[in-house]
Amino acid sequence: MIYRQAGQFRTSYAADSRAIPFREDRVALALILIAAYFVIPFTASDYWLSVILVPWLALSLVATGQNILMGYAGQHSLGSAGFMAVGAFACYNLMLRIDGMPFLVALILSGVIAALVGVVFGLPSLRVRGIYLAVATLAAQFFIVWVIDKFGWFTNYDTSGIITTQRMEIFGYRFTTPAEQYLIVLGIVTALTWLADNMARGRTGRNWMAVRDMDVAAEVMGLSLLRTKLQAFAISSFYCGVGGALFAYAFLRSVEPTAFDIYLSFRVMFMAIIGGLATTIGPFLGAAFILLMPVFLNTTFQGLFGAAVDATIISALEQVIFGVAIILFMIFEPLGLARLLQIAQDRLRQWPFKY
Amino acid sequence: MNVTTAIQAATRAFAIGGPILELDSISLRFGGVKALTNISFNICEHEIRAIIGPNGAGKSSMINVINGIYTPQEGEVRFRGERLGAMTPQRAARMGISRTFQNIALFKRMSVLDNIMAGRTLQTRATFLDVAFRTPRSRREELESREKAEEIIEFLEIEDVRKTQVAKLPYGLQKRVELGRALAAEPKLLLLDEPMAGMNVEEKQDMCRFILDVNENYGTTIVLIEHDMGVVMDISDRVVVLDYGKKIGDGPPEEVKRNQEVIDAYLGVAH
Amino acid sequence: MIDTVELLFFLEVLIGGLLAGVMYSLVALGFVLIYKASRVFNFAQGAMVFFAVLSFVGFMELGLPFWAAFLVTVALMILVGMTTERLVLRQLVNQSDQTLLMATIGLAFVFEGMGQLIWGVEVRRLDLGIPDVPLEWVLDSTGMFISALDISAGVVAAVMVTVLAILFSKTKIGLGLRAVADGHAAAMSIGIPLKSIWMIVWATAGVVALVAGMMWGARNGVQFALVWLALKAWPVLIIGGFTSVPGVIVAGLMVGAIEKVAEVYIGPAFGGGIEGWAPYMMAVVFLMFRPEGLFGERMIRRV
Repeated sequence: MIYRQAGQFRTSYAADSRAIPFREDRVALALILIAAYFVIPFTASDYWLSVILVPWLALSLVATGQNILMGYAGQHSLGSAGFMAVGAFACYNLMLRIDGMPFLVALILSGVIAALVGVVFGLPSLRVRGIYLAVATLAAQFFIVWVIDKFGWFTNYDTSGIITTQRMEIFGYRFTTPAEQYLIVLGIVTALTWLADNMARGRTGRNWMAVRDMDVAAEVMGLSLLRTKLQAFAISSFYCGVGGALFAYAFLRSVEPTAFDIYLSFRVMFMAIIGGLATTIGPFLGAAFILLMPVFLNTTFQGLFGAAVDATIISALEQVIFGVAIILFMIFEPLGLARLLQIAQDRLRQWPFKY
Repeated sequence: MNVTTAIQAATRAFAIGGPILELDSISLRFGGVKALTNISFNICEHEIRAIIGPNGAGKSSMINVINGIYTPQEGEVRFRGERLGAMTPQRAARMGISRTFQNIALFKRMSVLDNIMAGRTLQTRATFLDVAFRTPRSRREELESREKAEEIIEFLEIEDVRKTQVAKLPYGLQKRVELGRALAAEPKLLLLDEPMAGMNVEEKQDMCRFILDVNENYGTTIVLIEHDMGVVMDISDRVVVLDYGKKIGDGPPEEVKRNQEVIDAYLGVAH
Repeated sequence: MIDTVELLFFLEVLIGGLLAGVMYSLVALGFVLIYKASRVFNFAQGAMVFFAVLSFVGFMELGLPFWAAFLVTVALMILVGMTTERLVLRQLVNQSDQTLLMATIGLAFVFEGMGQLIWGVEVRRLDLGIPDVPLEWVLDSTGMFISALDISAGVVAAVMVTVLAILFSKTKIGLGLRAVADGHAAAMSIGIPLKSIWMIVWATAGVVALVAGMMWGARNGVQFALVWLALKAWPVLIIGGFTSVPGVIVAGLMVGAIEKVAEVYIGPAFGGGIEGWAPYMMAVVFLMFRPEGLFGERMIRRV
């Protein structure tokens, strides 16, 4: 009897359309947030904070961007890593070239720059859709990384083409320890997720989904397909860009353009899909799944065969397992982990007495 | 059926006014295929205007011309006396033209409520930033949209499925939701492409009632395509008959029914 | 007057590009087969190429002679193709394009991972016994560097295409396949065995993948990078049209030629690497002007 649906009446339209309809779920979210902000920074090891949690949060944000475009607006995209690269290198150059540029401003501006690039590469979406669009976004992926790699200006003419990110500093406070960096990433991710959730549930999200489900009908309602699709591309790329910058600044720290290869794009897409498209929690679940899988495999293998298992074997096996997981999800639960979570909650609501 | 028409005429809240939409010598071709040839007729304010004709007569093409999905090669469309050059679906929507589709074109993965609220996209102004930050404007509009949507849901008697994904609804209800979505835009002119196709008698009666009520309560001008002659004769004020892309009849139901050409087109004669 | 040496160099670059293009066409061909029969965008075609040729080399390394290894791999690819169809794609009949695409991306990961798990990850040489050195008579008569391998790749591709074209148009299977491409339900209603057609198509795609992989592997070595090279079959498909065999062949040659010429003549100005994205940009530009592909028909929107 953890869940009680009975007795929770919604007496206004505002109450009926809130993000989390059940009191128990709201309490759970509040507890998770409290733990995330006030417990984890003081209890988690540095390894967990900077190698697991920070990339998880950053990539969840990128997957949220992917989800906006793919899940809500229904536009295929295989270029998210390209937009991450735009965000990361835009942030680097803003910090480098403008004196006294505050980190937060640089971060937001790099998201905006990524959004502008996203709009350019979203233009083909006006003529084509589905698989055709996916190929067009591949162009973004390859072209962007190539440009950043080939033109020395972006990497400040570093001979090895690798940049070292500047310190993250907000209002004169330097975030240097793993716990501090985790907190800054957590804060930004929480805020942006809240905004994304508002958009998805409001007019903006309805317009995206209308274009996704039936574009002719959306047009007939007076919606501009051009503006709606490009808006989705822009906002999605904004999230990818900010996520990419956080990924670079709080996790990678020394960054080469080729770190944002197509393989990363695929992983982000898997996060969005396995997590559950068109849900707010999905990208977070998906990112956790994709990131923790290798960790889990590693520990399992070390447990089974002792310490020495070839890293290449692990990565090949990881590929097979990702592939199989994707296929299984597509066959049995195309709505992803978020749907599984919902099913579990529904069961819990009835447990132990089905009525 | 004459009784119905008579009662309708007698108790009508919105008397039929002058023409609001005029179609003048419209011709539409796809490659070499002539879909519509030199068609002219008008639609008067507050009336229910039916377009009938055998399969392939060009009825749907006619509706697609009115709301700008197809651009005719010749002829012009005037809305409230204003001559329209290139009509686009968006412009049509802005001028207050809503429509439903022959094959249901709902947003399948959205709920009934979201479908209907989505229909109010032109009635709302909030930008994505408003929505993201939940500004007062966004919250006010959202509430207004919800109230309006609930009004429609109540009118169409679909309260119990308001949170259901439309893909899961039976056909008849989907047709109703589509009507609801079109109504959400508070249209001046409502185009209904076979709103009763594939329905049983009971469902048809319900749909007729909704159409008449819309016309009666809001004074909405309605253009409908329908195959069921009984329904057409019952609820429409005037009828246009198309055959092979040409207009072969135009007038009140009784008159059209007596038109020899119309009878030939429907019963089939050797051409 | 254009310098003869320059002209010859240009021709050489062009021919090199066309030959690379043949490879793209071959990969794309396997894709078209599957797409025509089942409307599945088989993202895994490139991974199948990699898996096939890796297995072939693996069997050779186990001591099998060339032909035995070839036959065993053909058998293996037929089996892999049929199993994939049975276990994955048949479970996904009537799903959305997005779901199908994702599933085949998953498949690609499985093939790539399996290949490496079974045969290891190191780069291998593939010796088909066809020398990859400039043919002397060509060099003597024209001064161009073209090898026997280049020419045999072209010939093999031509033969493949012809065989497939005959299969498509002249045989009963081909007729069934075209019927299936037109509509599943209709094809089934006149007694075309849909499931066997799908199996045949996947098996054929597996064999096409092997041939493409052998040609490619002989030139560039058998390595993981093949997967990314094969990704270039996608712009080829966009330009050629997903259902058009002649379309993808022309488009493959086009893409191969243009990317090479661009790389050699424009590339140096930017430090090279244009090849990496040029085909995709070509596809985007092409999409803006002719979304239906080279030989496709423009769709009329019906409402």
